[in-house]
Amino acid sequence: MEDEIRIPIARDADLVPARAEGRALAERLGFSRTDATLLATAISEVARNIVVHVGSGEVLLHARKEPHRYGLVVVARDAGPGIRDVGAALTDGFAARGGLGLGLPGARRLMDEFEVESDADHGTTVTMIKWRIRDELERLREARLRRG
Amino acid sequence: MDEQRSAEVPSPMESSSLHELVASLRDRRSELREQWAERITDAQLLRVMTPDEIFSEVTAVYDNYVDALETGSFETLQAYARDLSERIIPRGVETHEVLGIVLLLRDVLARSLFDAYQHDVEVLNRILDAYEPAANRIAVTVSVSFVNERERVIREQQEALRDLSTPVLQIRERLLILPIIGMLDSARARQLTEQLLASIQTNRAKVVVIDITGVADIDVTVANHLVQTVEASRLMGASAIITGLSSRIAQTLVDLGVDLGMMRTVGDLQGGLEEAERLIASGARESQDSDERA
Amino acid sequence: MSVAILRQGDVLIASIQSDLTDREVVGLRDELVERVGRERARGIVVDVAAMDVIDSFVARSLRAIALTARLRGARTIVVGIQPEVAIAMVHFRLNLEPLQAALDLDEALALLGRPQPEDSAGGG
Repeated sequence: MEDEIRIPIARDADLVPARAEGRALAERLGFSRTDATLLATAISEVARNIVVHVGSGEVLLHARKEPHRYGLVVVARDAGPGIRDVGAALTDGFAARGGLGLGLPGARRLMDEFEVESDADHGTTVTMIKWRIRDELERLREARLRRG
Repeated sequence: MDEQRSAEVPSPMESSSLHELVASLRDRRSELREQWAERITDAQLLRVMTPDEIFSEVTAVYDNYVDALETGSFETLQAYARDLSERIIPRGVETHEVLGIVLLLRDVLARSLFDAYQHDVEVLNRILDAYEPAANRIAVTVSVSFVNERERVIREQQEALRDLSTPVLQIRERLLILPIIGMLDSARARQLTEQLLASIQTNRAKVVVIDITGVADIDVTVANHLVQTVEASRLMGASAIITGLSSRIAQTLVDLGVDLGMMRTVGDLQGGLEEAERLIASGARESQDSDERA
Repeated sequence: MSVAILRQGDVLIASIQSDLTDREVVGLRDELVERVGRERARGIVVDVAAMDVIDSFVARSLRAIALTARLRGARTIVVGIQPEVAIAMVHFRLNLEPLQAALDLDEALALLGRPQPEDSAGGG
């Protein structure tokens, strides 16, 4: 799979490269500036959760290229104690330790697909995808280019 | 996409008439092709093309046509038709011309069948039964491919225009109007929002008037876009006024649970502009918690 | 340096130069809160034009600044939110209350220059 990037997350300073890599990959895949910002923001949220609640983990970015759409897949993973009530965590207004929410509902609103797997044995994995539709115009142009 | 015309279309295997037909058309290929090219010129079609070009396309179409008759498979024909369309549309060839030449070919071939089988009415009927539905289907296939390709090109041009034009107008200092006309879909709404916010930045606008008089109806996605546009404008220090809200759209928004109290709305554009002037004069301050709504 | 805090009259102006780490955001918050009291500032302007992401943490911190400043009688205005960032914040449903937003420093200073109506900040 082309374009796979791994950013280790251990300190709050790691959020900066995580955001930047997300934005850069988004731009490489032809996402608009707005969508690249939505992506970087969502990455910031889930990466911060790792720092604040677990201490270390990683963010993986990769591209998913399909004929009609390009997707940017973000996987934020940690081996921590897990989220006890994922359903609640995905509801607005939920507050975990220190009265801070996990920012998950907000991140979900920024992305097209959003999934959380979490338990005490395996830690937490958040998988989010943002898609960019490749319209006929773009595919037509690509086909023409290929035909030389 | 390829609707079966009816059970009349014989499968290639079952119909020896079709085989005979195809053989006959292949035998007389040169002659019929030339006849067809002549008729095209007589009918003044494809004038934008040179005789050489016409000849080469005519050859390709003829062969594809006969293949389609034989195999009953229209994929190759469709692919060819798309390809042909891509080539000739930029040259200015129009839909009626494409349909015209296909129908002319159909006629030329039909006539050749009459000539060949006029002595045996029964055989002629059988062959025509095989030929007619297939020939009609070919005409439809080629025309539809052409029309689709044409629509693609038009969309392409519209996209290009949209990208160039900025619908946001600055009519006076600090005041922008975004008149929205026609159907609003999610993609267009997103684009308009981005253009509006960019304009707020460039023009240092304090108030934006979003006029939706020209919008017939909106769905939940677009309604959300509208609300988000208002809120995003606020984050850039500008107040937004929505004007031209029809009672129908207002009802839609209410039904969708949009809090109209959070949006400044004025009946018509004129009223909206006056309200905008008032806001600017009083040193509009759009704060997150400002509850002074007109 | 990632943040520069200047003073113009009785207004504190925080100019953020680049993408900040959480630690730097907290540092900014603490410093502004401390100075607004110590220097009896009437207003704070935070310029976020260089931030290409404003997430929930930054929003919370800005709110904290505004809330604390209000307790000390000062208004906080954020300026320079970029269009894409504004869209992201709205999608995210980030609430900045009681923070106000203005386009740029000039606008913010104009807003701060005006005498306050009694019921500023409404019933929020």
